[in-house]
Amino acid sequence: MKRSSSFWSLFFESKTALFGLILFLLFVAMAILAPLIAPQDPYDLSQIYLHNSFRPPGSSFWLGTDEMGRDVYSAILYGLRTSLYVGVVSTLLSMVIGLVIGLISGYYGGWVDRLMMRLADIQLSFPAILIALIVMALWGQGINKIIVAITIVSWVYYARTVRGVVLQEKEREYVQSARALGMGSGRVLFGEILPNVLSPVIVLATVRIAYAIVLEATLSFLGVGVPITEPSLGTLISNGYQALFSGYWWTSVFPGVVLVLLIISINLLGDRLREVMNPTGGD
Amino acid sequence: MLRFILDRLFHTFLVLLAISFITFFIMYKAGDPVQLLLPPDATQAQVVQMRHTLGLDGSFLTQYRSFLVQLSHGNLGTSFVYGEPALKVVMERLPATLELAVLAMLLSILIGIPLGVIAAVNAGKWKGKAIMLFSLAGISIPVFWIGMVLVLIFSVLFDLLPSSGRGEVYLFTSALTWDGIRHLIMPVVTLALFQLARIIRLTQSGMREVLTQDYIKFARARGLPEHKVVYGHGLRNALIPLVTVIGLQFGQLIAFTIVTETIFAWPGTGKLIIDSIQNLDRPVVVAYLLVIALIFVVINLIVDLLYTLIDPRMRLV
Repeated sequence: MKRSSSFWSLFFESKTALFGLILFLLFVAMAILAPLIAPQDPYDLSQIYLHNSFRPPGSSFWLGTDEMGRDVYSAILYGLRTSLYVGVVSTLLSMVIGLVIGLISGYYGGWVDRLMMRLADIQLSFPAILIALIVMALWGQGINKIIVAITIVSWVYYARTVRGVVLQEKEREYVQSARALGMGSGRVLFGEILPNVLSPVIVLATVRIAYAIVLEATLSFLGVGVPITEPSLGTLISNGYQALFSGYWWTSVFPGVVLVLLIISINLLGDRLREVMNPTGGD
Repeated sequence: MLRFILDRLFHTFLVLLAISFITFFIMYKAGDPVQLLLPPDATQAQVVQMRHTLGLDGSFLTQYRSFLVQLSHGNLGTSFVYGEPALKVVMERLPATLELAVLAMLLSILIGIPLGVIAAVNAGKWKGKAIMLFSLAGISIPVFWIGMVLVLIFSVLFDLLPSSGRGEVYLFTSALTWDGIRHLIMPVVTLALFQLARIIRLTQSGMREVLTQDYIKFARARGLPEHKVVYGHGLRNALIPLVTVIGLQFGQLIAFTIVTETIFAWPGTGKLIIDSIQNLDRPVVVAYLLVIALIFVVINLIVDLLYTLIDPRMRLV
């Protein structure tokens, strides 16, 4: 208890980290409460009127409307939902997969280790966005598909980090003595080693949520991301892009600003976590 | 040394083989390109004929085997769509892509490293904070969004820069003509900003760590001028981890040309790969990926060799 309270007080010594956390929680709240606070359901066609198309920001539509006459503010709230959902779920999935593979690979070594690390090598010899792009282009749009695609390109970062830590930890005295006491390898691995792996993994996961959200937005911008029926912030930006040239900047600029602020808030948290939990670690 | 390079080349060969197999398999499973290439009212005989011409009538393994046989003759197959050798199709568009990636890399190194050093020396002061704030924004803004905002400001609102195309090309590059340079500015800045921000952050954190070391204090105590301490002793040591990252980032830059080229209608490989995936043009997709992977691998090799130049402790045995 004492340890955790000092962690948070250390964490909040940085005012920018506090700002990041508040901003992030605000976005999360907006996403969760979207159905309650949005002025209209942007995907219920009975609430949208074509004669409202491309209204500039004003008192009736705070952030204007798009070409269908849809309220941009409402669309952003729902878009936040999709973006955050994809980012968080894909990060959790790749974290769990990478954690398990990294633990086993580092602890047992042998052919499993060689196979996994060779796989990681092949994957890292390619930029992530390229792999995700090909998977999505050939597989088709879909929220679950994009979560799988992001997981495919992300697990390797966790697996490598975890494996590195396990290789170090397993030579330490506490692990040796736990083994000497006759503890089974499963208990040593999950009971003794796992807690030491968690802090670098948490730091990594924070950074990767931001990356996952940007990756999803980029794929959606390229037209191979989430389906048009459940648009993310990236889809909204992409949809508004053509209108940009006609001067209807708000359809694309506002979702973009929200996306950028969301990523900044997560990166602020990630930076601070890295400073607090892992003072010596670099990038 | 030679042994190290040979080992790496062999390893590279295996990785490229694995990549070709995986891509080949995915593209094989993805669908039938013949359906896309022929008009919908084509007869069954035409379909069979076309499938035979393109070498798509055998089983997966037969097709992959004939791909390997061709590969051993340096031939990556003929594009289904362009009817030309796939490698030629890729190589024709490669200069346009490399031009963007190289210029963006140069821009981010030339600006990023000095700014990172300034931020480290002035840590805690407003100058350092302002640079770090800029770099935080830089890593947080998605590439496509930067491109769109630049287009909005410089093409739509003020009509200062062209929003699409390469402009006038002279000797493989746009960088040698005035019209070409005007076309280059926005795509290069778009592509560079993220890397620039990363390089600033890495230089800053590396320099801050190095500047607390004993040999820096010693150099100061000897009365060396501050700029010699910072750039001569400090930066030299901070550069080592930076070289790896910059090497790896070059691959990222090439990948992100896909996004930049889409926004600015830049006629490079990024646009080509998007079109080819949609057309299921397997030879071009495989050729593109092999070329990109090869560039990636060569850069990594150069990075490892550079290591030994910067840091004699890393010298390979």
